[in-house]
Amino acid sequence: MINKMYDTIIVGGGPAGYTAALYAARSGLAALVLEMLSPGGQMATTSQVDNYPGFEEGVDGFALAEKMQKGAERFGAESAFAEVTGLQLDGRIKTVRTTGGDYQTRTVILAMGASPRTLGLPEEQDLRGRGVSYCATCDGMFYRGKTVAVLGGGNTAAADALTLAKLCKKVYLVHRRDTLRADSVYEQPLLKAENIEFILNARVKSMLHDDNGVTGVAYEDKMTGEMHELTVDGIFVAVGRSPNTAPAEGLLELDKSGYIVAGEDTKTGIPGVYAAGDVRVKPLRQIITAAADGAVAAKAAEEYLSGLK
Amino acid sequence: MEIISLTSENFESEVLQAETPVLVEFWAPWCIYCKRLAPVIGRLGELEDFIPIKTVNVDEQPELEERYDVRVIPTLMVFKNGEPGERLIAPLSQHQLETFVTDQLKEQTEEL
Repeated sequence: MINKMYDTIIVGGGPAGYTAALYAARSGLAALVLEMLSPGGQMATTSQVDNYPGFEEGVDGFALAEKMQKGAERFGAESAFAEVTGLQLDGRIKTVRTTGGDYQTRTVILAMGASPRTLGLPEEQDLRGRGVSYCATCDGMFYRGKTVAVLGGGNTAAADALTLAKLCKKVYLVHRRDTLRADSVYEQPLLKAENIEFILNARVKSMLHDDNGVTGVAYEDKMTGEMHELTVDGIFVAVGRSPNTAPAEGLLELDKSGYIVAGEDTKTGIPGVYAAGDVRVKPLRQIITAAADGAVAAKAAEEYLSGLK
Repeated sequence: MEIISLTSENFESEVLQAETPVLVEFWAPWCIYCKRLAPVIGRLGELEDFIPIKTVNVDEQPELEERYDVRVIPTLMVFKNGEPGERLIAPLSQHQLETFVTDQLKEQTEEL
């Protein structure tokens, strides 16, 4: 047990977490951010953030994350780098168990964010990093001049296909429906890119591979029931995100996709426990809405703590 | 501890002939996930009881990239007695990397 009582422990060091830490620390609360890797979460995988105000040229997501961390630490917020393994949320003193020891706190702000969803194929996990990727901007450079498949039909898939089309010889955009779900802004660029080929109504059945990694994709044409194979060097999975709410399972109400049920006030069903950012049920998941949640959650925690006195 | 950059020239002396196991990270400046991992590498590099960490910039050292068949970065391996162990690709957390190194040291000791 770590021998210090925190006013608030914030789980997750993305924009929601470090904004909560900034507001909490500026209110004089003893605040700790628990982060398992480095600050930023999903934001840190974007090299060009153009929709966070105040940066007329855009900003690197990782650089922005470090600024958020330093900004919160300037007012006394602490960071610890460990994975949360369990939560005990009831009562006035709550416990956060981590790979770096157990922490005690009076309030908890859950800001674990979300991660790319996997397709769920049995071979997928093994091929991760051997031809299967979940981040085109991260790994695209490895497929310069090669042929890849992007699996998915939403905004991420569309953006990934466009990113990869600039690097790769050929990009297959494989989607299970007959039209993409991506916003209309992507339509013209996708149609214009000569090296992007749409494979629609395709149900991906398996990722083909040899000892060296991915060699192709096998899919069923939903209209005809026929099986087809694409020969590719890499597969980019872009089938949405899922919230990192595993530690909250069984403790808090989650919706059917796993998001924590909490309103705009970020309050969960347990007094002194708040959900901020992408983990929460909400209509728009952006850096700025995550940051806003962090501020609201810190304020709610502060009010709860003054009620305890 | 200083984190040494590896080249084809110093790889032999810094890794293959090293007296202690070495954690080698293959990375590149454009690799976004490598950037996210950098603070973790920095923190572990400061720990006194952690093994030395040395890095290969695959853009500058294509020969080493090819020799160890690095197809994705960041890729991490523990070298002991000149031999690379299993590879860890893009660890999700600091804990995962620490556990990997601990396991690698254990396994490689048992083999001896």
